[in-house]
Amino acid sequence: MTQDEHKEGIGGMFNPTRYGIERVAYWLMRLSGLGLLAYFIAHIYETSNILRGQVGWDEMMQMTQTLEGHIILAIVIGMCVFHTVNGVRVMLGYGGIGVGKPARPDYPYEPASQNYRHKIGIYSSIVLAAAAMMYGLAVMFGE
Amino acid sequence: MKIHYGTAIAAVALVAVHILMRLTQGFAESLEFESVLANYKFVPYAVMLELILILLSVHGFNGLRVILLELKQGRIYEKAVSYGCVVAMIGLIAYGSRTIIMTNMGMV
Amino acid sequence: MAQVSSIADEQISTPVSSSKSITLRIARYNPEHDDSSMFMEFTVPCEKWTTVLEAILEVKKYFDHSVAVRYSCRQATCGSCGMIINGKPRLACFTKISELNSDVVTVEPMNNFPIIRDLAVKFERLFDTHQKIKPYLIRDDTEIESDEKEFLQSPKEVEQYIQFANCIKCGLCNSACPTMATDSSFVGPQALAQAYRYVADSRDKGKDSRLKIIDESHGIWRCHFAGSCSQVCPKGVDPAMGIQLLRGYLLGFRS
Repeated sequence: MTQDEHKEGIGGMFNPTRYGIERVAYWLMRLSGLGLLAYFIAHIYETSNILRGQVGWDEMMQMTQTLEGHIILAIVIGMCVFHTVNGVRVMLGYGGIGVGKPARPDYPYEPASQNYRHKIGIYSSIVLAAAAMMYGLAVMFGE
Repeated sequence: MKIHYGTAIAAVALVAVHILMRLTQGFAESLEFESVLANYKFVPYAVMLELILILLSVHGFNGLRVILLELKQGRIYEKAVSYGCVVAMIGLIAYGSRTIIMTNMGMV
Repeated sequence: MAQVSSIADEQISTPVSSSKSITLRIARYNPEHDDSSMFMEFTVPCEKWTTVLEAILEVKKYFDHSVAVRYSCRQATCGSCGMIINGKPRLACFTKISELNSDVVTVEPMNNFPIIRDLAVKFERLFDTHQKIKPYLIRDDTEIESDEKEFLQSPKEVEQYIQFANCIKCGLCNSACPTMATDSSFVGPQALAQAYRYVADSRDKGKDSRLKIIDESHGIWRCHFAGSCSQVCPKGVDPAMGIQLLRGYLLGFRS
């Protein structure tokens, strides 16, 4: 064990089990961001096939309009909605909105910044992401 | 990081329009060749696609840069990550713009 | 006399706590000799009021005096005995074994701090970052020079920062922070909360210089509002709130 700095490392950074829903939201935000970037790059490549004309486009559509393609797209929809709604929550927090006001702390020192407004925001973003995934799947498989 | 927050807010509105266009046209129909071509040839929509491309590329690669900078530190590593992300971002914007411009100009 | 007897009655009626034993797992590591850390297990008696620090001191007293642990006040004031207790950063003197609801208590040195030996860690980085944000009032004049002889503040002005002045520099927030887990250059929640403590102080005139210090690549922008720092703070400082309020100045939401 190298004990130079004794940093917790990536495992500790991504461990969502110890610090409540806020840490889970942090973890999901990072994961969804990376997932969306990967999808975005793939999407740019996918749409560039239009330059190959009707045949090229139809070939690409045949590749992506599959069961696996639809499931991946549903996951992307979920990631997109979560990243957006949670992103708005986090940005409001960055502006000092909804993080509480400084006051003399009383035991047991419940942190005002981890209040119900932000918890509702996190749960809402998860529920909305799940609902959007369901809707996306209904649209994709309903046609 | 201000650019990260700014691009996020701007992209949310434009991506919402982009997704709504798919849904209002019907998902399968909107992905047909003629339909997609018509979208690209409609200049305001093509401009919106270009804006989305730029905003999401900046936001996405800056986000990746932040994650990578937090994982490891060091002057050379940090410079490599920053320049690497900028190059990747410019590359993606150039590649996506090529599709938008060529399709819009009827070069398909 | 009646009063005395009622106190006596109360003492008699107080239930005598049944003593039980728990297994205390202590992480042992000496960077000078060991390649990796290992756990040593001790069975220690505990009452419902026994703290983790008392259990560790029991081990030192009766089983192994070589266990290295830093402590001083035993009342959550000095900030010396921060450690990972059953997976979370806590003050050993402020954590009762009974509240952990476990017969096995595992103690490890705080994460994101270099280990000196066993449970004792180095605080240099925390003190350096704390010092970096200029943790003192910045003014051109002094209380001695001022005509009023003292800098007056209203209770409302005091409330703006007093919560953040409770920081005891225990380092639990830095240990819980997900950015600190990988970023060696990050200023950290402790120092950022202290930056807000002075920026929000109506007597201080050093806002611009402090904002300049934290507005850097590994400064305030590396905080992503995960809030873990606030959840582990034993003094109710709520660094996450302070950091977001501080960021408000840089984003133009506050002036």
